Amino acid sequence: MTSTEILARFAAVVEEVVGIPARDVTPTKSFTDDLDIDSLSMVEIATAAEDAFGVTIPDSVLGDLRTVADAVDFITRAGVAA
Amino acid sequence: MITAVGSPTQARISGCGQCRPRRSVRNDELPAELAVDDSWVVARTGIRARRLADETETVVSMAAEAAGKAVADAGIDAADVDRVLLATCSMPTPIPGGAAQVAHRIGATSAGAFDVNAACAGFSYALAAAADAVRTGATRHVVVVGAEKLSDWVDWTDRRSAVLFGDGAGAVVVSASSRPGIGPLVCGSDGSLAPLIAVPPGGKLTLDGPAVFRWATTVMADAALRICLASGLTPDRLDAVVPHQANQRIVAAVARGLGTEGAVVADDITTAGNTSAASIPLALCRLRDSGAVCGGALALLLGFGAGLTWAGQIVEIP
Repeated sequence: MTSTEILARFAAVVEEVVGIPARDVTPTKSFTDDLDIDSLSMVEIATAAEDAFGVTIPDSVLGDLRTVADAVDFITRAGVAA
Repeated sequence: MITAVGSPTQARISGCGQCRPRRSVRNDELPAELAVDDSWVVARTGIRARRLADETETVVSMAAEAAGKAVADAGIDAADVDRVLLATCSMPTPIPGGAAQVAHRIGATSAGAFDVNAACAGFSYALAAAADAVRTGATRHVVVVGAEKLSDWVDWTDRRSAVLFGDGAGAVVVSASSRPGIGPLVCGSDGSLAPLIAVPPGGKLTLDGPAVFRWATTVMADAALRICLASGLTPDRLDAVVPHQANQRIVAAVARGLGTEGAVVADDITTAGNTSAASIPLALCRLRDSGAVCGGALALLLGFGAGLTWAGQIVEIP
């Protein structure tokens, strides 16, 4: 899966979990400042993304994922490692 | 009907009672240092207000009031109570425990008494111990109380945890019965996650909310299914789901995961906050007193929290 495909699928996960339109989930957006996603919703997104991509996003990593690009990069690397 | 567990004497809940502190504190009345507004708290927790005990309302006094009401509701004499179990994790000092004082205050002069500390899962563990004691045939009536005064232990400068908790007590009486009204306990623990909810020596409560949220929302729906299986029931037979009132978003996730669209999902957290071991009996009392479910209805109880520990069973509403 390419980064573009991962971004599209991740954006769909975000829309499904918190209702933000997928087209607004773009790489430079900050989860908290731009998308107004709180820490518990981030957990829900992480859990759904784990199921969607077959990767593990530990709590220790979750707090460091500040932008959509951070999340896509992590999933890309984790997917390659898996 | 709950499948019997192989004893001629069965156990059921014969009465319940509650004690809610007098003072209700809305989100906009929380200390200014927390820098939260109503919408911030409601969005993250579903909580609109919580009851906070004053200096005269203690774990023991609230527990005794709830226990006394449960004994009256069961229609028994306090002198006939054989045992008093107090589930709590917020006694002001570790010694003595509170159960004996609760027994004394309600006039259960011949009762044995002990405390159970499994935090938010404590009520279900204590209820199971009571049901097991009654099923032996040697014990007729056991009072089980969940009581907390977590406001003593909360860090009132930490908005991640302070907005969550409330005080109160709920109690039930477990009595001998010809048919089963309390199903088998299903429980578990994960001590590797002990630091997620803790009071360090000399300190105040710390809570890793997101990590606890992940644990609860991923593990508890499966736990609820196992509780149904243990009682020989499918989830669609449930009339009510009474999860520990940890956070409205966790309560909703557990109910959604269980998939019981026809069942009433108990809501005590909106106006009472997270009352730890007291939350299940308080929610159970509110559910029954509201008339949302009738006597004999089947309710799934499921507690989970610090330890980490979890436990639950299915009961018939008295």
